[in-house]
Amino acid sequence: MTPPLDDAALPNRLPRPKEELETLKRAWKPTSGLGLLKEVNNNIIGVMYIGTALLFFVISGTLALVMRTQLAVPENDVLGHSLYNQFFTVHGTGMMFLFAVPIVEAIGVFLLPSMLAARDLPFPRLSAFAFWAYLFGGLAFFCSLIFEVAPDGGWFMYPPLTSMRFSPGINADFWLLGIGFIEISAIAGAIEIIVGILRTRPPGMTLDKIPVYCWSMLVMAGMIVFAFPAVIIATALLEIERAFDWPFFIAERGGDPLLWQHLFWFFGHPEVYIIFLPAAGLVSMMVPTLAQRPLVGHDWVVVALVGTGFFSFGLWVHHMFATGIPPLSLSFFSAASMAVSVPAGIQVFAWIATLGKGRLQWTVATWFLLGFLFIFVAGGLTGVMVAVIPFDWQAHDSYFVVAHLHYVLIGGMVFPVFAGLYHWWPTLKGTMLSERLGRWAFWMMFIGFNVAFFPMHVSGLMGMPRRVYTYPGDLGWNALNMVSTVGAFVMAFGILLVLIDMARDAFGRGRPAPENPWKAGTLEWIPNDDYATRSIPHVRSLYPLWDNPNLSREVQEGAHYLPGAPTRRRETIVTSPIEARPQYLMPMPGPHWSHFLAGLFTAAHFICLAVQLYWVSLVPGVLAIASVFWWVWSLDKGADHPPQDVGGGWRVPVYLQGSENHSWWGTAVLLLVDGTAFACLCFTYVFLWTVSPDVWPTGTDSLPGLGWLLGEAALWVVAAGAMLLASRAVAGNRSWAMRGLLLAGLLLMLAAAVAEPYNHIGSGLVASESAYGAIVYMLASWQVFHVVILVLMTGLALARSFAGRLHARRRVTFDNVMLVWLYTCGQGVVSLLLVHLFPRLAV
Amino acid sequence: MDRRSGRSEGRRRNWRGAALAGGMGLLAACERGPQSALHPAGRNAEAILDLTLLLVAGGGVIFLFVMALAGYAVIARPERFPGSRAWIIGGGIVFPIVTLTALQVYEFAVARQLSDTGGVEPLRIEVTGYMWWWEVRYPDVGEGGEVLRTANRLVIPAGRPVEVVVTAADVIHSFWVPSLGGKMDMIPGHENRLVLVGERPGTYRGQCAEYCGAQHALMAFDMVVEPPDRFEDWLAAERRPAAEPDGPQQAAGRDAFLRSGCGSCHTVRGTPANGAAGPDLTHVGGRGALAAGTLPNTPEALAGWIAGSQHIKPENRMPSFPILGGDDLHAIAVWLESLK
Repeated sequence: MTPPLDDAALPNRLPRPKEELETLKRAWKPTSGLGLLKEVNNNIIGVMYIGTALLFFVISGTLALVMRTQLAVPENDVLGHSLYNQFFTVHGTGMMFLFAVPIVEAIGVFLLPSMLAARDLPFPRLSAFAFWAYLFGGLAFFCSLIFEVAPDGGWFMYPPLTSMRFSPGINADFWLLGIGFIEISAIAGAIEIIVGILRTRPPGMTLDKIPVYCWSMLVMAGMIVFAFPAVIIATALLEIERAFDWPFFIAERGGDPLLWQHLFWFFGHPEVYIIFLPAAGLVSMMVPTLAQRPLVGHDWVVVALVGTGFFSFGLWVHHMFATGIPPLSLSFFSAASMAVSVPAGIQVFAWIATLGKGRLQWTVATWFLLGFLFIFVAGGLTGVMVAVIPFDWQAHDSYFVVAHLHYVLIGGMVFPVFAGLYHWWPTLKGTMLSERLGRWAFWMMFIGFNVAFFPMHVSGLMGMPRRVYTYPGDLGWNALNMVSTVGAFVMAFGILLVLIDMARDAFGRGRPAPENPWKAGTLEWIPNDDYATRSIPHVRSLYPLWDNPNLSREVQEGAHYLPGAPTRRRETIVTSPIEARPQYLMPMPGPHWSHFLAGLFTAAHFICLAVQLYWVSLVPGVLAIASVFWWVWSLDKGADHPPQDVGGGWRVPVYLQGSENHSWWGTAVLLLVDGTAFACLCFTYVFLWTVSPDVWPTGTDSLPGLGWLLGEAALWVVAAGAMLLASRAVAGNRSWAMRGLLLAGLLLMLAAAVAEPYNHIGSGLVASESAYGAIVYMLASWQVFHVVILVLMTGLALARSFAGRLHARRRVTFDNVMLVWLYTCGQGVVSLLLVHLFPRLAV
Repeated sequence: MDRRSGRSEGRRRNWRGAALAGGMGLLAACERGPQSALHPAGRNAEAILDLTLLLVAGGGVIFLFVMALAGYAVIARPERFPGSRAWIIGGGIVFPIVTLTALQVYEFAVARQLSDTGGVEPLRIEVTGYMWWWEVRYPDVGEGGEVLRTANRLVIPAGRPVEVVVTAADVIHSFWVPSLGGKMDMIPGHENRLVLVGERPGTYRGQCAEYCGAQHALMAFDMVVEPPDRFEDWLAAERRPAAEPDGPQQAAGRDAFLRSGCGSCHTVRGTPANGAAGPDLTHVGGRGALAAGTLPNTPEALAGWIAGSQHIKPENRMPSFPILGGDDLHAIAVWLESLK
């Protein structure tokens, strides 16, 4: 006999009316059959996302097995040079871009809402779009192998090897366009995660009560915002160099191959932590559960996560120790590379102390976690070794580094993810994977991993370089390579066992799991359904289920917030970012075709570009834009319902505009991405100048007159002013004034954006002649690109205005356009100042 | 080297051998390769190996300690496990900051030592990476100041610092002779410098360490450390133009070489062949290997290379010459091999 719940202290009174649950269920009813393609629910998208990432993991891993077979004996001929080079490129690219980043985002999409007790992520269609774009893009990328046109320039794609001159085929374009496109999907995921963690927390979950995993995802998503633009710009520059011969990386015309390396590694090193931090976050959730006590040093661990995020942007040059950069700069990056081991150490000791202070449950996850600790600590120590510059001069680009990176990535990420698979599997549909198979899988993977990768430390120091498709038999590497190959197959067999285990479960052979089988303390273990938990709990501590044993029951009976669907549609509570106080009830879009079609057509557009069907690519391009219009048309519903009571005395509106709106936050984060990309272009300008000041104009004769600068800058400023006036017109419901101002502003921006390239053409500057010309026109094109986007966005705003969907009380769409608009004007002025004043002042 | 330092040298090597055998179990079984950072033949590689052993030993001790602690944490009862947050502060913050600071100081000292030429004017050698071979120039040693050119083989005097100036003609390559020291990237538009000191005479193998396309795996070279007097002999021999053909077969080989247009890509000093696209062949017969460390240097291998270079090293810049008859092919190979 369970005692009745003390409902006086709870947000909502019990018992709840019967029809309440019915309404909730109806609102969140999943689609079936082909309707799956329309689905947006994070439970479903998250599982498909994780499954796709695992599929790409298996494909990339299979390539590795074939490569290991080729390298088992010297002078082998299983793979020729051409296929081998494609294989290692696709293996690295696939593992980094199509497995590692997507799976950590996918786990976030699946796990974050239930850990935050939100009904879904704030932009469900955006995460569904990101998933479909990723699926189609990834499949096309792997298919390039079948036609033997897969990229073969390495996952790092260093020019000039990947330039038109040395890689004339479309292989490189597949990489640049395919990966550039998939990065867009990663950024979409990051925006979703940031806004989700900051704005859809359960009431009461103040910053100090956020689970460590959510912190790790927040830091990781923030890193994506600042790191991915660098690689997007790099790929754009290289693709433009290939397509139009603008010499960003060609030394003879003032470009520099090292520019690529700076941009690539400015992304590439944070990338490693983007992969590792979420895995560390998973570990920090599993360890306390398995040890049945709170994480020792919780605050330290959170500070360590944030610190890793910061440090990781100061490390990129440690991939470039052998490029001839002056010793003083190198020593800074060496020191930073070592410093990053401090936050890693904090976490390792926090986990060990938690294990020591708790009573450990022995599950499959426990084994994977201990395996993780072993491999990751070893990989971390070899990481300190390669941070030591003289040692790196020997180890760099040798098999030692192959060993190191697999120790940190497989140890640091794959083992925790597999631990997580076994650990969180019961939250999927209430069944458990096999402990027996799991244990066998662990030992095969653990032993196989070490047998495969430990010898590579030695073969590397014995002089074996990376990325060789064959090697002579008289250099002492034979036995080591054979051992590595055997280990790789043992490990692959372990992974196969996990797949078999999951397949068994999928075919109904899984054991039913009790509620909260590992007796965890966090919200994702409250039984949930398509609508997530019945009600959204009030959170009072870091481990709410441990501190209030009744919480799960209270939530399931509907005693907490939002026990139903008061507006009869999908919705969740938006809370304030720091105090997590309820602010408004966000309506959430349901299943729809638009985002699916947008993903499909965007992928088709990029594939057409990659195979050089430029004109054909316009068709899916236009269709993708149309799909996005369809997608956003039904959003921004305005206050179509009166304020609703969500419990606990909170009566909140269903619509809130201005800077508290979640999509305003999404746009703001997107502009951070955009600003970082622009900063990368400015860096490119200054970097190329430091390398080749000789291609910069020496006198003012070859520059457009200062009048151009003043005139164009004035256009941007006036355009910004027009937008501010239009905003006031919206507030006053003066629709025609608003429409007129928007159109006038657009014309001003178009004039400014066109005037810039026009006056450079007038002064005789040719983009393909020098790196200077290339970057000047690149900055101008960047601005044109923004104006094109604004034409589309403003068009949407105008259309909504004519349809009566945009007015003083329904202006979220307008506010988003305004953010992008004002940003573009500011960027235009900065860009002008750089291009017109820098040569006058610096030369 | 006097006897005492010889003995201490020997002891050092014994100590190192023991450390190798103990520190990394697998190493004991390793053969002594001509391309191994674990078997140094020069100052820099030795200094880096000492650093490596320190890192392996230090890292090994830390690893064992952390694993032992983790093992104890797993099996010990909670009340017996000492400390909790103290581990984070002591093990996660204080210990790494102290050790890593010390390591940095040591690291910079080693890095400085590696580029030190000890006040001696270094021998300057320029190496340019091509897809997939190495052009080698000695700018200061030719008679009358002209540049001495060769390919795929560097010869240096033992004991004298060498400054290798590297760049690339096409894509990025990396110059690496593990037995002598660390690597340095060869980047188009950049000139990078690397100081090396060879100490033990012998032939060491170098290999491109930056992925450079189709035949990155087959881009090696020899680095020969010679006693100073033999280095001077080599230099004198290398300065001489190609030897006159000795006998009718060699003469026929030279004629076939010139007739077939080989000279448009290759230079053989002393003949009209003066191409610059491929390796200088003036003394090709004296090199240790063919096609950048791909084939043994024998007349048979050379004939096979000329006839089927695209089969042996696909996509390299030298076309196969299957049209050459067997006699011509053999004669060219014999003549080229005579150019020591």
